[in-house]
Amino acid sequence: MNNNLINGWEVIIGLEVHAQIATKSKLFSASPTEFGAEPNTHVSFYDAAMPGMLPVLNTYAVDQAIKTGIAINGKVNKISRFDRKNYFYPDLPSGYQITQMFFPIISGGYIDILLEDGSNKRLRIHHIHMEQDAGKSVHDIAPHFSFIDLNRAGIPLMEIVSEPDMRSSYEAVQYVKSLRNILKYIGACDCNMEKGNLRVDANISIHKPDTPFGNRAEIKNINSTKFLGDALDYEIQRQIMEVEAGRKIPQETRLFNSNTGETRTMRSKENADDYRYFPDPDLKPLILEQSRIDKIKNELPELPEARKKRFINDYKLTEFDATVLVDDKTVADYYEKAVNAAKTPTESAKSIANWILGELFAFLNKENKNINELLFPIEYIAYLVDLIQDKTISGKIAKTVFADMIETNNNPKDIVKKLGLEQIQDENIIKQAIDEVLKNNPKQLEQYKSGKTALFGFFVGQTMKLLQGKGNPEMINNILKELLDK
Amino acid sequence: MKNLTILETKKALINKEFSAVELTRHYLNRIEHCKDINAFVTVCADKAIESAKKADELINKKQDLPLLGIPLGIKDLYCTKGIRTTACSKILENFIPEYESTVTQNLLNNGAVFLGKTNMDEFAMGSSNTTSYFGPCFLPYCKKSNKAMKIVPGGSSGGSATAVATDLCVAATASDTGGSIRQPAAFAGLVGIKPTYGLCSRYGMVAFASSLDQAGPITKNVADAAIMLKAMASYDIKDSTSENVSIPDYKSVLGQSIKGMKIGIPKEYLEGLNNDGLRLIEEAKKWLIDAGCTIVNISLKTTPYALPAYYIIAPAEASSNLARYDGVRYTHRSEQCDNIEDLYVNSRTEGFGEEVKRRILTGTYVLSAGFFDAYYNKALKIQKLIKSDFQQNAFNCVDVILTLTTPSTAFGIEEVGQMSPVEMYLNDIFTVTANIAGLPAMSIPCGLSSKDNLPLGIQLIGNRFDESSIFKVAYVIEQSANFEELRKNIMWRKEYEQ
Repeated sequence: MNNNLINGWEVIIGLEVHAQIATKSKLFSASPTEFGAEPNTHVSFYDAAMPGMLPVLNTYAVDQAIKTGIAINGKVNKISRFDRKNYFYPDLPSGYQITQMFFPIISGGYIDILLEDGSNKRLRIHHIHMEQDAGKSVHDIAPHFSFIDLNRAGIPLMEIVSEPDMRSSYEAVQYVKSLRNILKYIGACDCNMEKGNLRVDANISIHKPDTPFGNRAEIKNINSTKFLGDALDYEIQRQIMEVEAGRKIPQETRLFNSNTGETRTMRSKENADDYRYFPDPDLKPLILEQSRIDKIKNELPELPEARKKRFINDYKLTEFDATVLVDDKTVADYYEKAVNAAKTPTESAKSIANWILGELFAFLNKENKNINELLFPIEYIAYLVDLIQDKTISGKIAKTVFADMIETNNNPKDIVKKLGLEQIQDENIIKQAIDEVLKNNPKQLEQYKSGKTALFGFFVGQTMKLLQGKGNPEMINNILKELLDK
Repeated sequence: MKNLTILETKKALINKEFSAVELTRHYLNRIEHCKDINAFVTVCADKAIESAKKADELINKKQDLPLLGIPLGIKDLYCTKGIRTTACSKILENFIPEYESTVTQNLLNNGAVFLGKTNMDEFAMGSSNTTSYFGPCFLPYCKKSNKAMKIVPGGSSGGSATAVATDLCVAATASDTGGSIRQPAAFAGLVGIKPTYGLCSRYGMVAFASSLDQAGPITKNVADAAIMLKAMASYDIKDSTSENVSIPDYKSVLGQSIKGMKIGIPKEYLEGLNNDGLRLIEEAKKWLIDAGCTIVNISLKTTPYALPAYYIIAPAEASSNLARYDGVRYTHRSEQCDNIEDLYVNSRTEGFGEEVKRRILTGTYVLSAGFFDAYYNKALKIQKLIKSDFQQNAFNCVDVILTLTTPSTAFGIEEVGQMSPVEMYLNDIFTVTANIAGLPAMSIPCGLSSKDNLPLGIQLIGNRFDESSIFKVAYVIEQSANFEELRKNIMWRKEYEQ
C-alpha cells in the first residue's frame, strides 16, 4: 500500500548522483583537483587533449569507487571497462568523455532511509560508474567571446545511479542525505555542494498504480538537497496538472531555476544526441584483484548505520538522538570525542548527547555556525558534564556555566571557580539555610504541618534561593524532609 | 658517406673518418639537393647540427651509445619538442609540441640526431603517401616499363621510406596501423618492422587507431632494424597499453642458426598471387629449407575477414581520436565562423583532407546507434577470432609465418587517381592481420618484379613478443636473397643518385 498517492497518482523518482571523488589529482592525469585556482592553471597536456597524449588511470580514485561500492552494499566488479562518450563541446577538449557505459565498476547495492513515520525503506542502487568531469565554459565576461577554463576537465566523478524506487520528494531528499553521509564517512567525496562536489540529476514520472510508468522528465544539475526537494515538488505538481488537463508528458530534459522554483524544458529527448559509445582503446580493462577489494573492505571506516546502532547500544541513546548525531559525521565525531574525554564515558554519554542536541545545537542554529567552528576544545563539553556527574554543580547551574563557556571559551572548571558556582554539599550550611527558611515562613510551615504537603516544593525553592542556586538539590530534599517530618 | 648503414656509420664515426657534424651536414645537403622528392616536410638543421656537436663531444670522450651521431628521419606523427609536428594535415599545420614522444626521447637518449620530419599520409591514413597535405613524395626509382612515371613509396610512412631509400638519412622511424611500415618498406626495397602491440610506447604519437598503432623503424637492413627497434622500445607508464616486458638485444640473435625452426605458409595468403609473388615464395622456402627449417603448410581461415574488420575498427577509433582537432585550441581555425557550430564544421572541413574525412565518416557511421552491433561489435568479435586463429592454427605448430608483404610492387602516382578507395585499401590485405592480432611482423626485401625491376618484400609474422625469431629468420633470408646485388638492377632517377 502506497500512502504517497497524490490524487491517485503515484510518483516514480530515480536519481543519478554525480559525486566528485576526493583525490589530489585528476582521473587520468597528474593535474591537481584543488578548487578555486586561477583559470587554466591545473591543466596538463593530456587535459588539453594535445596530440598523442594518453590517459593514465588514477588508482587512488579507483580505490575510492571500490570503497563506495562496498559502503552501499554493491558488488565490486573484478572486470570493468572505460568507454568513450563522443560529443563536441568547447570545454570537452578531446571530443569525448571517458566513462563506464557498458561495464561499470560497481553493480547493484542499496541504502536504507528513515521515513517520516520512523520506519525504514530500502532504496536500491543500480550501479556506480567512474567518469571524467568536463571543463567550464564562461560566457559572461565579454560580449562577443566565450572563455574556457579546463581546471575542472578530467576531475574524477562517480555517477551513482539509483533504481526508480523513490515515491516522494521526501524519500529522494532522504536518499541523497544518506548517500552524502556515507560518502563523507568513508571520505570518498567531500560532498561540498557549493563547490559542486555533489550534483543530482532527477528522473521523475507519474502514473496510476498498476499501470505502466509514464514518460519521465530528467531535471539536470541540482546542487542542493533543498533545491532537489523544491524541484521535485514543483515537477510533481506540474506533471499531475498536465496529465489531468489531458496533455501528454514528453520525454525531456528540464532545468530547475532556484530563483523561481520552477522547472523548464531544456531539450527534448526525441532527437537525442548519439554519443557513439565504444571502449576506449587507450585503456585496458580495469581488472581488480580480490586482495585489493578485501584490503579496502577491511580498512573501511564505520558506516553511519553501524555507528547509530553502536550509539544506541553502548551509550543508551534513543534511536532519534542517535540518528541525529550520526547524520552528520562531524557532529558524530564531535560527540564521540567528547564522550571519550569524560571521566565516566558510559555514564556521561547520554548527558553529553543531550547537551549537544539541546543547548549546543540551539546556539549553533542561532549563530548559523557549524560544530567545527566552535572555539573551545571539544573536551570542555565533557568537563561540564563531569562537573554535574561529580555533583560539583547542579544541572541548573550548568546552564549558566555553558552560557559563559560559549561566550568566553573558558574551561568550565575555571568558570565554576571564578564565579563561585560550586554546589554546596556541606550538611551544616544546608541545615542552617533550611532552618532560616522555616523560621522566616511560619505560616507556610503551619499549613504544611496541617497537611498541605504540596508546600514542600516551596521550601525547596526558598532554600535554593537562599543558597543562590548552589545547594545540592538532593541533599536539600533529604534534609528538608527529615526536618519537616520530625 | 654513400648509403651507409647504422653499423657502417658508427664504425666510421669512431674511426674519425668523418665527424657527426660533417655527416649531418652531408645529409642536410642531400635533403636540400633532393628537395623535390618531398621526403621531409620539416627540416630542423640547427637542432641537428647541435645534436651532432654533442655526439662528437661524446665520441671524442670515447663514450658510446647505440645511435650516437646517427642522423635519422622522424615520421611527422611523432611529437618532437620544439619541432613542428603536423601528421601532414593542414589542421596541425602550425603545431609545435611542448613535449617529446617517448619513442623519439628514447632515440635521443641513444645519441641519435634528428634531421627533420618525414612526409606521410595525412594522419597515417593512406597507402601511397598521396593524402599528405604537403603533397606526395615518390621513390627515386623508375618503372622499367614506364620510366617517366613517378612511383609512390607506399604509405602511410612514405616519407620515411623515401628518405631512407634515397639515402637522405641513415634510418627512419615509421608507424604501422594496418601496414604503414611494411608496405612502404617493401615498395622501397627496405626493411621495416612493426613490433608486437605494446612493445613501443604510443605516448606522443599522433593517434590514428589507438588499438592498432605501433611504432617501428624503416632501415637499410635487418641489423639496423634490430638496433633501431631496441632503441625505440620501452615500457612506459605514460601509455597504459604499453607492456612491461624485457626487450632483448635483437642484434645478438642475428646469425644464429635457425635449424629446426618451423615456418608456416598460410594458403590463404597465396591465393591470387602473380608469378613474381609465387616465385619469391618458392625461393624463400628453398633458402629456409637450406638453413634447416621445416616448411609447414597452414591455413588461417579468418584471413579474408581481417581487412573488413580493420576498415571498421580503425575508422571507428579514428573518428573519435580526431575529434580533438576542433578549431578551439591549437589547430587550424576557420576564418568563417560566427558560432561554435560553424567553428567546428568549417575548421574541420578546411583542415582535413578527403581520405581523413572519408574515414571519420565511416567511423562515425559504424559507431552510430543502431549500427554499432552490426559493425563495430562484430568487428571486435572477428578480431578475437583472428587472434585465436593465429594461436591455434599457426603458433601451435610453427615459429614464424611467411607471406608476401604486398601483392604487387609500387604503383605510379598517376595510377592512384584511377584506383577506388577500396582498391587502395587492398594494399593492406597481407599486412592488416598482424595489426588486428597485435603480432609483430617484418618486411624484408627479397626480389625484383620481372616486368619493372621494382622491389618485392617477404613478410614474417611472429608470435607475441617473439621479435627475436623474426630477426633470426629475417637475417637468413637477407643473406640468401642477397638483395644488395639485386638493388643494383633497380633503375634510379639520375637526379637523386649520389
